[in-house]
Amino acid sequence: MQFLEDPVLWIAEWLREVLLGWGASELVTNMTLNFLGAFVVGAMIMVIFILLTWIERKAAARFQDRIGPNRVGPFGLIQPIADAVKMLTKEDTRPKGADVVGYVLAPIVSVFSVLMTWAVVPFTQKWIGADLSVGVMYVAAAGSFGIVAVLLAGWSSNNKYSLIGAFRGVAQLISYEVPLFLSLLVPVFLARSMGVNDIITSQTAVLFAIPWLNIPIRGFFVLAAPLSVVIYFISSLAEVGRAPFDLIEAESELVAGYHVEYSGMKFGLFQAAEFLHSFTFAALMALMFFGGWQGPWVGTNNLTGWLLGGFYFMLKTFFFYMMVMWSRLTFPRIRIDQMMNLNWKFMVPVSLVLLMGMPLIDYGLRGQELWLKYLVLFLFNLIVGLIAFAWAARADRRVKTHTRVRFEGRPVAVMPQAPAAAEDETAG
Amino acid sequence: MEPIQIVFLIGAALVLGSAVMVVTRRNLIHAALFLILTLSGVAMIFVLLEAFYWAVIQVVVYIGAIAILIIMAIMVTRNVTGDTVKPFNNMAVWAAMLSVVASGSLIWALSYWPAFDQTAPVADTGEYVIRLLGLELFSAEGYLIPTMIASVLLLAALIAAIKSAFPISQEEE
Repeated sequence: MQFLEDPVLWIAEWLREVLLGWGASELVTNMTLNFLGAFVVGAMIMVIFILLTWIERKAAARFQDRIGPNRVGPFGLIQPIADAVKMLTKEDTRPKGADVVGYVLAPIVSVFSVLMTWAVVPFTQKWIGADLSVGVMYVAAAGSFGIVAVLLAGWSSNNKYSLIGAFRGVAQLISYEVPLFLSLLVPVFLARSMGVNDIITSQTAVLFAIPWLNIPIRGFFVLAAPLSVVIYFISSLAEVGRAPFDLIEAESELVAGYHVEYSGMKFGLFQAAEFLHSFTFAALMALMFFGGWQGPWVGTNNLTGWLLGGFYFMLKTFFFYMMVMWSRLTFPRIRIDQMMNLNWKFMVPVSLVLLMGMPLIDYGLRGQELWLKYLVLFLFNLIVGLIAFAWAARADRRVKTHTRVRFEGRPVAVMPQAPAAAEDETAG
Repeated sequence: MEPIQIVFLIGAALVLGSAVMVVTRRNLIHAALFLILTLSGVAMIFVLLEAFYWAVIQVVVYIGAIAILIIMAIMVTRNVTGDTVKPFNNMAVWAAMLSVVASGSLIWALSYWPAFDQTAPVADTGEYVIRLLGLELFSAEGYLIPTMIASVLLLAALIAAIKSAFPISQEEE
């Protein structure tokens, strides 16, 4: 096997031979290689986190008409290292009365839940940690540990702001998990599989080729379910707790939410979890709706397979990550009632309608051409979206007029006492 | 002893040990956290049985929903930290005896089951099992009607919750 064909497999085979040559048994060799693979993936994601902080600072600066970090290294590229050193050398405080085990465990569980997701993410066609047949469900399971971490951090800090932040956070995370995974079920049903790699390979089907140029248009699921992509994107923003959904850590009300009491590297881990969560959801968006590692000239079993595939996957992921930052730096924070209304009264019903309607259409058009199916599904998404937005706008108007009427006749709690004060002054 | 047996023993010890901790901890939040550990251990046993789907369902349903609900309930009804409860009352002895009798009779009844001391056949893993489960749940000969009733009930609950969350309209006031 050539190195250039598949370097990861080549290195793994070489290591296997080395270990077996040292007299290690088959079992020990396999276990070592598995642990090594998991370690490499985890370490790579943590290295990406270092890069993400730099991207975040630079992008935020550009959005706010600043330059951003530009002193440490070229383009400020070494800034994250300086940040990390600062984080590590900070005093590691622990509030009085904190629950030690929970307090220490929470940041670890938080990062753990993100890193777990990457076990089923295919970087290229072949580089996938575990091609589980229940990949999408596994992502949901990994995410549920994140909620435990938020609750644990909020409770064990022994601080009422953290606890309120944790309650808000859990309410938000649990609520937005519903539309998130309802919209992730759409690619599952379109691909007839929960395996992540199956979902990607079923997006290779050619819808039609552009005439004369002979460029095939592949059936990425975004073409069949654009509304699901929108719902997924909005609920993933809420799921990572970033603006406009950052009311978990609303500085003006809650200081910093569930991680008020954390400092140093423990806080750094929470930050890593937040950044990597956004990145993970961007990656999942690329995988589920935009064909993952697919793109022009991606081969199956050669240099272009892993080099171009990995490149396309990272390109798509970073593009969606940029979109996450874009919305974060553009929209103001919304109120908690607005957040809940948006979820339960708009996104959950719409995604339920989509999830019920799309399989029916798919069944009605069984045996038909693929492009016709995609066209009808696209139109269905469009119509559902238009009706939902029109209905939501109407309901919004009604609620607004209604609340105005209700608040007009409210009695004022404290009546102004100006004349009495004036009398007092004259008496004194 | 094969390595998979060692892993199984670790998993079983995790489940049993943390289950004991759940009922003996004085701090309710700690008990709930040990409950999460117990449920993770059960998920681990499912993974050992190569039932990945059940392992994942175990984590999603029990850790992602039920354990969170329990922790939330404890947090809104108790003081923040350092609140302890007495885990046992004077019925503890009777409860212990009853549970010993119940589990003993279960094991005794199971030992008459013909497959009790046989090696289990290798199960089909992967895609096929989930597909079979889905077909069984949604076929008219299988479990279509219970599935439909459950899903209609859940949908009705969801719609009712959404309806009750809207402000009362002026005509009704």
